[in-house]
Amino acid sequence: MRPFSDIGRATFAVLREFGRFTNFAGRAAVACVTPPFHLGQFLRQLMHVGYFSLPVIGLTAVFIGAALALNIYVGGTRFNAESFVPNIVVLGITRELGPVLAGLMLAGRVSAGIAAEIGTMRVTEQLDAMTTLSTDPMRFLVAPRVLAAVVTLPVLVLVADIIGVMGGYLVATGSLDFNGPIYLRNTRLFLEAADVNLGLIKAAVFGFIIAAIGAYQGYNSSGGALGVGRAATNAVVGATVLILASNYLITAFYVA
Amino acid sequence: MSTPQSSAPKLELRGLKKRLRNRQVLDGVDLIVPKGHSLVLLGGSGSGKSVTLKCTLGLMKPDEGAALVDGEVFSGAGADPKRKDEIQRKFGMLFQGGALFDSLTIWENIAFRLIYADGVARKDARERAIATMKQVRLAPENADLRPTELSGGMQKRAALARAIIAKPDILFFDEPTTGLDPITADAINDLIVEMSKELGCAALSITHDMASARKIADEIAMLYQGKIIWRGPAKDIDNSGDPRVDQFVHGRAEGPIQAVV
Repeated sequence: MRPFSDIGRATFAVLREFGRFTNFAGRAAVACVTPPFHLGQFLRQLMHVGYFSLPVIGLTAVFIGAALALNIYVGGTRFNAESFVPNIVVLGITRELGPVLAGLMLAGRVSAGIAAEIGTMRVTEQLDAMTTLSTDPMRFLVAPRVLAAVVTLPVLVLVADIIGVMGGYLVATGSLDFNGPIYLRNTRLFLEAADVNLGLIKAAVFGFIIAAIGAYQGYNSSGGALGVGRAATNAVVGATVLILASNYLITAFYVA
Repeated sequence: MSTPQSSAPKLELRGLKKRLRNRQVLDGVDLIVPKGHSLVLLGGSGSGKSVTLKCTLGLMKPDEGAALVDGEVFSGAGADPKRKDEIQRKFGMLFQGGALFDSLTIWENIAFRLIYADGVARKDARERAIATMKQVRLAPENADLRPTELSGGMQKRAALARAIIAKPDILFFDEPTTGLDPITADAINDLIVEMSKELGCAALSITHDMASARKIADEIAMLYQGKIIWRGPAKDIDNSGDPRVDQFVHGRAEGPIQAVV
């Protein structure tokens, strides 16, 4: 057993994979902003990534907002600060929970879907066929998905913010005896544009990560159904880790 | 950088070498396919046929050597990336499994190059797709179906229609009859011969189906251990004088080629 060489080999493998992904993501970013553009594909992906994700985002947000209000109330009563429930709910939802939970939910729904779809096209030679038909799969398949995710995730997060705050409002007014108009007024007065902006910036970055890592895993899959399954799993795991890591980095940068 | 030459063969493979997973898959493959000729590349499983095709089509980069189209390097050392798209438009390719796009209808699959690479209006592209469907004897009623709703033989016809719709100069066929019953396979072979003759293009096919090879080939070459070991007119395949070719042609397990099991 040679632990140092094993650790070294594993480190190089991780770095190599990261380098390949960075290269792929760079090519995808260039394909998003240079012609030819496939508008029809982009609009189709807007529907798929954005519109069809609304139910899962809405449900997640309403329950998180409700649970957050309950927890803040319980914690706040320990030092007579229960009146801060609306303030902390809106801050927590817009700055952190809205974008992160929307990102994580879409890492499961969208990233895995993209990896499975493009992976299946890879193992059935559809990507090769596309290339021989003078169409670059990077522009036809990857760019519309990445662009759609970058555009729709901030919109989804905005929806999640509103529904999350509403979840907190429903619990606070329904079972914690808060006055509705006062709850909403406190929410509005405490909320700053910077809080929402931070969440939207995070959402755009998460959108890029979700689509790019799904496409990367699918694009490089091999080995039939097993390989496609592995690509989908790796996409979800990779997107989750990168979302959480970039969430910390963006927050730290913004706070600094 | 090379330039197109009118006297050059339509397709030429020059010393193609490719090593994969510590195995020399191609070890200097040389082939020439003149305009209007059909060459079939024979070889057992794992002999490097598909890798030859992928290196020729630019889907895989050869370690050494090059594929030339009209005397111009397309794939390999010396290829000009700016010319790739233009040269690629001369190709039509029929993939082994059809490789039709699941998310598109049959007519959209057939007209894919016209719509997305050539910018032809969808209405015109549909008309041309349906005309090509008739050419390959695929009923126009199937135009709005998805590939999964067609039988294997019909999918092959649709894939053939996609390969020929833009009137290519060179047609490539990867195991065109694999997975088809003998009658459908023969019908596909007839279509390949008919379409190749009609378009007057060069054709490079890879197969291990001898019946298909005899039907569609003007010339046959045999690939073994990454090298072309025999090449000649299709009618001479039974008198090659090479025991490895004889063993393959007659499908015998006993002989100089060891079966991979």
